[in-house]
Amino acid sequence: MTELGPGPSFLEHLNRDRPDLLPGTRAVLPADAGAQVPHGTTIVALAYADGIVMAGDRRATMGNVIASRRIEKVFETDTYSVIGIAGAAGLAIDIAKLFTVELEHYEKIEGTRLSLDGKANRLASMIRSNMPMALQGMSVVPLFAGFDTFSGSGRIFSFDITGGLYEEVEHHSVGSGSPYARGALKKLWQPGLGATAAVKVAVEALYDAADDDSATGGPDTVRGLWPVIYTVDSTGAHRVEDAILAQMARDIIDTRTASGRES
Amino acid sequence: MSAQYYVSPEQLMKDRADFARKGIARGRAVIVASCIDGIALIAENPSGSLHKIGEIYDRIAFAAVGKYNEFESLRQAGVRYADTRGYSYSRHDVTGRGLASVYAQSLGAVFTAEAKPFEVELAVLELGATPPEDTLFSLNFDGSIAEQPGHIIMGGDTPALREAWNAYWSGKELAAAGIDEVIRAAALVLPGLRESPGDAHLLEVAMLERTTTSGSHRHFRRLDTPTIARILGAGK
Repeated sequence: MTELGPGPSFLEHLNRDRPDLLPGTRAVLPADAGAQVPHGTTIVALAYADGIVMAGDRRATMGNVIASRRIEKVFETDTYSVIGIAGAAGLAIDIAKLFTVELEHYEKIEGTRLSLDGKANRLASMIRSNMPMALQGMSVVPLFAGFDTFSGSGRIFSFDITGGLYEEVEHHSVGSGSPYARGALKKLWQPGLGATAAVKVAVEALYDAADDDSATGGPDTVRGLWPVIYTVDSTGAHRVEDAILAQMARDIIDTRTASGRES
Repeated sequence: MSAQYYVSPEQLMKDRADFARKGIARGRAVIVASCIDGIALIAENPSGSLHKIGEIYDRIAFAAVGKYNEFESLRQAGVRYADTRGYSYSRHDVTGRGLASVYAQSLGAVFTAEAKPFEVELAVLELGATPPEDTLFSLNFDGSIAEQPGHIIMGGDTPALREAWNAYWSGKELAAAGIDEVIRAAALVLPGLRESPGDAHLLEVAMLERTTTSGSHRHFRRLDTPTIARILGAGK
């Protein structure tokens, strides 16, 4: 039988011809390896009237040490989708980078974009292939969201380390600060939010996560560091400007300072 | 048992070259031109899905004439080459020159070693900051490669097309022209269609935009038929 070429998948091409370039190693790691590499923390995503918002704080931790104050954990993967990553930062950023190339490669080879479900399935299989590393403390837990051009709405997907793929409704959060962020989202989220209101909810949820989780970074007014936030709607993915986020973060701090409560 | 006749290397190469040239001349033409808005790629192509023009990387595009299955496999290999390089080094390290030279090597190897040469002619184009900084490489079926200033015309009755194209641009500067004028000039020169909105579906047009509207790192943009029709209609 004639063998067909590697097809439209960049990952398949690497597996076949350049396995040395794949993220992660098959090495057996020491038992406490998980505590010795930087970990990214909280990501939140929520739906709003025109699409979705995804936000990530800026901290990476290594055990009890802050490994980075300015790490970015939310990336635009193509025109209509974004990924946020929690877990072992180095591996997670590599997987996000590979996933971005995978989507662009498919688009160039096939001449059309993958459907949003197709993208989510691709990502699930990439996470599944990282399971040996995950079992050694190097788990990567992404949150994937985008605008589905077929259904004309924003959709959010979460994953587990075995490659399980779950569609979320309304909002979701992953990472160490996620229980607190999710609590905030449950109270603040409403159907039919506008873009600005939705971004504000995301900033507020991250603020609450940082309030209770030492591994999540709050807005850093000293260094001028704000969360990374993307909105995705029918016009594509757009990063929210720092100036807007700075104002929102300052408003939240002012409001909470004025109330003077143990909120 | 049949005897093996001696064929001189000169004759062998000439036969192969004639064979490839005939195959290429049968197809319809492609015109590539560097202008003020970027690099325009225009092909006479009635099919809306079997493309002769394609995106390779951020600032690199590909155009071909000849046999579809052959140039399509070369295009896909080019995308794989560029994406692998960009992924393992950096997006800045993917260059048109690098890609053109890999193409030249593989075309050359097939021409001398395989049973049949590729019946294709390729153009590899890299967008610069200004028209003089654009690089346009043309590659032949035998692996010969040349850097062309300003424009490339491939396939069809190339000498006649070249003459008509040069006549259109005599007294006008191509590098200063806008994309719309270049598309209208190509529609005028290409033999299979008229410069009218009704023939827009016979053209395949894409461009490497000098400045992207979305601010994206990908400069390649395909023009849809209504856009081409509007451009062709605006000339009158």
